[in-house]
Amino acid sequence: MTLAEQEKRFQEKIDNEIKIEPNDWMPDAYRQTLIRQISQHAHSEVVGMLPEGNWITRAPNLRRKAVLLAKVQDEAGHGLYLYSATETLGADREQTIDDLHSGKAKYSSIFNYPALTWADIGAIGWLVDGAAIMNQVALCRTSYGPYARAMVKICKEESFHQRQGYESLMVLCNGTPQQKAMAQDALNRFWWPALMMFGPNDAESTHSEQSINWKIKRFTNDELRQSFVDATVPQAEILGLTIPDPNLKWNEERGHYDFSEINWDEFWQVVKGNGPCNKERIEARVKAKQNGLWVREAANAYAKKRAMKKSA
Amino acid sequence: MQQPALFEYVLRMADDSLILGQRLGEWCGHGPILEEDIAMTNISLDLIGQAISLYDLAAELEGGGKTHDDLAFLRFENQYKNVLLVEQPNGDFAMTMLRQFFFDAFRKPLYEALCKSPITQLAAIAEKSLKETRYHLKHSSEWVIRMGDGTEESHQRAQAAIDHLWRYTAELFYEDTIDEQLQAQQQVPVLKEIQAAWMETVKAVLSEATLVLPTNNWKFEGGRQGRHSEHMGYLLAELQYMQRAYPDMQW
Repeated sequence: MTLAEQEKRFQEKIDNEIKIEPNDWMPDAYRQTLIRQISQHAHSEVVGMLPEGNWITRAPNLRRKAVLLAKVQDEAGHGLYLYSATETLGADREQTIDDLHSGKAKYSSIFNYPALTWADIGAIGWLVDGAAIMNQVALCRTSYGPYARAMVKICKEESFHQRQGYESLMVLCNGTPQQKAMAQDALNRFWWPALMMFGPNDAESTHSEQSINWKIKRFTNDELRQSFVDATVPQAEILGLTIPDPNLKWNEERGHYDFSEINWDEFWQVVKGNGPCNKERIEARVKAKQNGLWVREAANAYAKKRAMKKSA
Repeated sequence: MQQPALFEYVLRMADDSLILGQRLGEWCGHGPILEEDIAMTNISLDLIGQAISLYDLAAELEGGGKTHDDLAFLRFENQYKNVLLVEQPNGDFAMTMLRQFFFDAFRKPLYEALCKSPITQLAAIAEKSLKETRYHLKHSSEWVIRMGDGTEESHQRAQAAIDHLWRYTAELFYEDTIDEQLQAQQQVPVLKEIQAAWMETVKAVLSEATLVLPTNNWKFEGGRQGRHSEHMGYLLAELQYMQRAYPDMQW
């Protein structure tokens, strides 16, 4: 079969909603796009453990501590599936992680913002997991089989996290004035970074069009961002919190909320590594890998000894 | 309080679980491999769950209307009765795993014995926790063996952790009038028997790991009476931060 024929058959499968599986022929650019996107997603899960993990030891009561532990454990699990999904495309997990550490691979910029108060843990669940779900629900139908299937399980857990986050903010908003102020402050700091999670405007997004044709992406960045705003504004109203955007208002004609332009300068600064915590996050991951080197070496050495004993 | 000895006994167990769970929680996001981040948060979660059940029982025995959170967060340092072993800093992965191994090897036979306790609530907690503890012990034992029989470096680190932590292990079997009262009524096991089971596990695992038991009998005690190491204050400062900074609020 010629390359052109293979490409034609591949696109036909995509058009007919037939999932692409690891052993199927696929264009190299499709493979590379998926490796980039899935590994970014995996890195986001793993880096995302840091801002939340830093509150495990300070959680305000035992139930919240247990819930947060379970959540962060889920995230590590998501990271694991997603790294496995990249391996089905021929990527090497260690290499993928090294790309994160060298700055070559990206992760969700939201985790470069600090988690300063307990309310931030609620806000991360509500807004960050909420925004992630908008992206990920669409990915449950993505064209690459292993990714789509991983997303089904991940989405179930993420929507649980989103509700837990929202519920914990509800408690603060029904609590003392101090607690409510803590919740408002968290919303003030996380609102814009959450909107930035959907990436650049469609006109600026380099990977969008091809990804839509390949059905890796099902909706554009701006469409997803709009859905998120529309879903989240009423939730903020129920909490009695104010979204920090003076231009936010319902547009009858569009049937959507209008909102202010994102500060794209801040967006690109954080993407380029100049966010409040970029340096700390990567340093923490690099340090974990370095400090764990002897542990991994030990596990490998032991496994080798065992295998030799067995074959002897 | 009708059963002060039982209250104290359950509180000691609850504090062991809480403080070790708190320590393991510090690892989150910093583990040597992602699989261990999952394992350590999972074990921490189990221990916090056990602490909740045990504090609930303690609060009920105390009869003063306290909650598990009151007991977990709102006592002074000298009112925590955990053994010194569990409050020791994480150190490297070898130190964390050896601390875990010594504790799991103690908890498993303890829970096995407590399953037969006539105190039904305690027996029920023991039964549920035993299932979890079997996995914890399997996990920590496997790591001790891998590290001991892995590379020269891992062997040295594991041995150093044993040599350091050994002094805290005797306290796991500390007994005073609290234990004696409950033992006399056959409500809790005699710790000498638990110690024998513990030693058997320790010897078997260390031998397979090509690691050795220290020969000195230098031992530290004090946790069961509320006399802790310097590390405890910092641990509690973090644990209690929210409850102390924002008193009397719901979360």
